[in-house]
Amino acid sequence: MLPQHLRTLAGSGPEVQVDVEGAVTIRSVLDAVEARYPVLRGTIRDHGTLQRRPFLRYFACEEDLSLQPGDTALPEAVVSGKEPFLVIGAIAGG
Amino acid sequence: MSRVRVLVGTRKGAFILEADGKRQNWSITGPHFAGWEMYHLKGSLVDPNRIYASQTSGWFGQVIQRSNDGGKTWEVPGGSMPTVGPDGMPQGMSNQFAYDAASAPLTTHQWYDGTQHPWEFKRVWHMEPSLTDADTVYAGVEDAALFKSTDGGVSWHELSGLRGHGSGPQWQPGAGGMGLHTIVLDPKNPDRIFIAISAAGCFRTDDGGKTWKPINQGLRSQYIPDPNAEIGHCVHHIAAHPSRPDVLFMQKHWDIMRSDNAGDLWHEVSGNLPTDFGFVIDVHAHEPETIYVVPIKSDSEHFPIDGKLQVYRSRTGGNEWEALTKGLPQKDCYVNVLRDAMAVDRLDNCGVYFGTTGGQVYCSPDAGDSWQAIVHDLPAVLSVEVQTLP
Repeated sequence: MLPQHLRTLAGSGPEVQVDVEGAVTIRSVLDAVEARYPVLRGTIRDHGTLQRRPFLRYFACEEDLSLQPGDTALPEAVVSGKEPFLVIGAIAGG
Repeated sequence: MSRVRVLVGTRKGAFILEADGKRQNWSITGPHFAGWEMYHLKGSLVDPNRIYASQTSGWFGQVIQRSNDGGKTWEVPGGSMPTVGPDGMPQGMSNQFAYDAASAPLTTHQWYDGTQHPWEFKRVWHMEPSLTDADTVYAGVEDAALFKSTDGGVSWHELSGLRGHGSGPQWQPGAGGMGLHTIVLDPKNPDRIFIAISAAGCFRTDDGGKTWKPINQGLRSQYIPDPNAEIGHCVHHIAAHPSRPDVLFMQKHWDIMRSDNAGDLWHEVSGNLPTDFGFVIDVHAHEPETIYVVPIKSDSEHFPIDGKLQVYRSRTGGNEWEALTKGLPQKDCYVNVLRDAMAVDRLDNCGVYFGTTGGQVYCSPDAGDSWQAIVHDLPAVLSVEVQTLP
């Protein structure tokens, strides 16, 4: 699930489905998203370090994964496609 | 009849204003890139349909946009098609501005409190298309550096000689950040470029960007430890007439300055201005000695004196200034006009344009004698550029 501005930039809907080979981790999912939508490179993670941009957060199955390492495995519900992996803009309200 | 296209960058998107040569009836499109900060848009002189735009966000970083049809449609160069490079990695490098640390090691710069601070890319402040090639474009960025693309914005490389000049640890951010905000290309000498950084000052290259020389002699800034220092002046904007690129005009933090020798020496031409603080400065399209500024009350009160919005014009290259007020609000006006938010068109009767932090874009179709608001209620205007079209 992408925040509004990145949906517009990518020309996608709110939810993007990607195929991931091998382990389904935060890093491999974001790699797959950026491979499908190169325009998003640098908008979620820094170009060089691949670190999460500071005002974005990652969630899955109501768990905050923002501070977890990139090789953190995502829950089975995300792997199977039942639940989304969410990229959310922090401080989005007033 | 010729037409004009005004490119407006705002805090919440971009807008394109178009009119015929009379400049009375305007069509407005936008917001383009709604919700994003559009620091700057500028069209190519070689191909006016080619427009480059800097789209930026504290959340999502930097995006470069490009139009090939005058702003009707946009693309992220290299980022719209998922292609794979020789290394197997997806392409789409158009948004990447990586400092060339191999050629010029990343140093630190001076922070607000005088300590040293890491050099970090934040955003593109200014885009300057080449005068001879629509695919070549320069980008001035924060933290200060100059980048160049020769493939229409698909990839960027730093002209690292500037950042590697050796004075980097003395550069420090102005209130808006440490941005390289002004790029002036010399129409007579393709190897000569002038740039300005807040707060480092002006630099000039005479070899296409390999080496750079500080050109700040004559500037005097009482707010820095050595008022006559070679580095550290908060230059807000510089402008030159294309026919006389050796004559430069500067709006410094305080002071209007002029150089008649390509920046080697400056002298003050503030003359009878009511205040010489401000951000914008520009030159009439056909009269190289006619220049425009918008005086702002002070560095701590960024609005016009007494709530009266006034453009000042000098027809003598400075020193003697006249207030231009017809059509501008003369009471209760407390907007600012930011450094990239003034431009001129090239019609026979030169048009002058500026945008305000209150969301107005004003046009004078008669070189400043009278003004009209093209739009009243845009988001805060960050930049204004004008294209004169056939």
